[in-house]
Amino acid sequence: MTQTNFESKNTVPSSMAQVGTVMKYTLLDYLRSRRFFIMLIITALISVLLTVLVGYYRPDAFLASELGFYNGWWGNTVTFVVVLSAIFFGGDAISGEFQNKTGYFGVPNPIRRSSIYVGKWLAAFIASGVILGIFTAVTVGNGLYYFSGVPYQFAESLLFALFYMVAVLGFTFFFSSLFKSSSMSILVTAILFLFVFALLNELIVALVHIEPWFLINYGANIIGNVLISPYPPHSTTTTGIGFRGQPTTTTTFYATIPEGLAIMAIYFVVTAIIGLIFFERKEFN
Amino acid sequence: MPSIEAVNLTKQYGAFTALSSLNLKIEGAKCVGFLGPNGSGKTTTLKMFTDLIRPTKGEALINGVNVHTEKKKALAAVGTLIETPEIYASLTPREALSMIAEIRGVPIKERKKQVQDVVAEVHMEEWIDKRVGKFSKGMKQRICIASALLGNPSIILLDEPTTGLDPRGMSEVRDIIKSLKGKNRLIFMSSHILSEVSDVCDEVAMIDHGKLIVYDTLSNVTAKFSGGNNVVEVGLARSVDNIIVTQNIATLPSVVKAEKTDDKNVKIIFNGGLDVQERLLNDIIKLNIGVISYKAASSELEEVYLKLITATL
Repeated sequence: MTQTNFESKNTVPSSMAQVGTVMKYTLLDYLRSRRFFIMLIITALISVLLTVLVGYYRPDAFLASELGFYNGWWGNTVTFVVVLSAIFFGGDAISGEFQNKTGYFGVPNPIRRSSIYVGKWLAAFIASGVILGIFTAVTVGNGLYYFSGVPYQFAESLLFALFYMVAVLGFTFFFSSLFKSSSMSILVTAILFLFVFALLNELIVALVHIEPWFLINYGANIIGNVLISPYPPHSTTTTGIGFRGQPTTTTTFYATIPEGLAIMAIYFVVTAIIGLIFFERKEFN
Repeated sequence: MPSIEAVNLTKQYGAFTALSSLNLKIEGAKCVGFLGPNGSGKTTTLKMFTDLIRPTKGEALINGVNVHTEKKKALAAVGTLIETPEIYASLTPREALSMIAEIRGVPIKERKKQVQDVVAEVHMEEWIDKRVGKFSKGMKQRICIASALLGNPSIILLDEPTTGLDPRGMSEVRDIIKSLKGKNRLIFMSSHILSEVSDVCDEVAMIDHGKLIVYDTLSNVTAKFSGGNNVVEVGLARSVDNIIVTQNIATLPSVVKAEKTDDKNVKIIFNGGLDVQERLLNDIIKLNIGVISYKAASSELEEVYLKLITATL
């Protein structure tokens, strides 16, 4: 088949430039959306609750040491903020293109679907990053109020939290590409991250006694663990007398930092690629 | 010369064939109406030309470029409106259209003006900075039509473009399409509205059950498949005598048959196009029988359509 070489007067930008365009306008849409304000309110509520509780009760677990404060405040909460943000902004990012028919506006243009996928992913990352930034600012503000400085481990923990955000968004985009229904993709992602992974972690450690290296939340534990000094190794504790006079042994697993980063990286790469393949192949019926 | 071409284009969903080996080549600046009953494969065809769905077999080529292997190049000079798209609710028309303009590579110094121009073309100027989430379906459709015009595309693919519009909107969209015809563009438009196709299109392609039935100029199609007859209904202010109908109206030039449908309405079947229809109106008025309305009841295209499209789903 011969090409007629009919050229448009416009030069279609590079795919990278188009990624930037999609990111810019999707982010604008996110930042003006109701869900962004809801997420802001949730983050504000968590922050206010922690501020009031710590300020009023002054618990030793928080105020005995600088690292203890950041571990208690940040290490226990930030993964929840990250997961919730990723679900809010990534949960229906792709499925919404099908269900809400916004895909009919953007896809039939001279742009690769991968550019749309990456652009929307970056927008979701930045929107989630804004929420994380606000929570970080409140954490540091309180930390500076009670202690003189910010430990370097907190900077590491913040980087790991951003890394976790990358991985969770990869996962949410995967489910968003898998389903055409926005509510289904949001629901499945929320159930997995808020309940299923945590439950699996507990069950595997308690019943099978193996290191759950294949679970993303196990890898994400490095966010809190890095705020413990020294960094905790795997530990086995023997308590009481168990069945037929045998002592009960409990092993607590701690992923090392390289292990945690590797787990999150693998989750991101695998889910992002599969999600992209799904989106490339999915049809607007 | 802009062109679109379907080469053995086929789409199957399991055992169901939505489109069967469509071979159709359209070239040049013209407006082609794409007709067929519900489920005949019109939208499926347009979706394959815009990467919304993939062909099971065959190729969709735009300017000789395969849409599925070189999408960016194929759609570089194409404006589209497929089904009724939604726009991100928090964006304004200015922002949503700027996004499309950027994607299409409209130069930055022309972008603002082009966006304003296409918004003006669809008469949405006063809404340009309001958020789309508050718009009615018809208003969104106008913005989507505006987006199809961005970047001065040489090919415009429209899937039932007047869907969801009020009568004024429909008329305005037809005027826009007519004006585009004069700007050296190829317009490929699916529609259920035969009068719309007759009004704006130069050629017509009809498909049924996923197969192409006919593709030719409007005049060739009507000449080949219809008896060349059109029908008008004449409304009268007062009762009309049968003798006037049978002796005065039925004997006018080009009139095939004239009959009273009730005391104050006469149906006239005539042979010819718009020029004959115009002359016929003058002749009837001269009879001084109290004409208060005069409208086309059916067209040659409708006759052809009903003859060729025998059954719908």
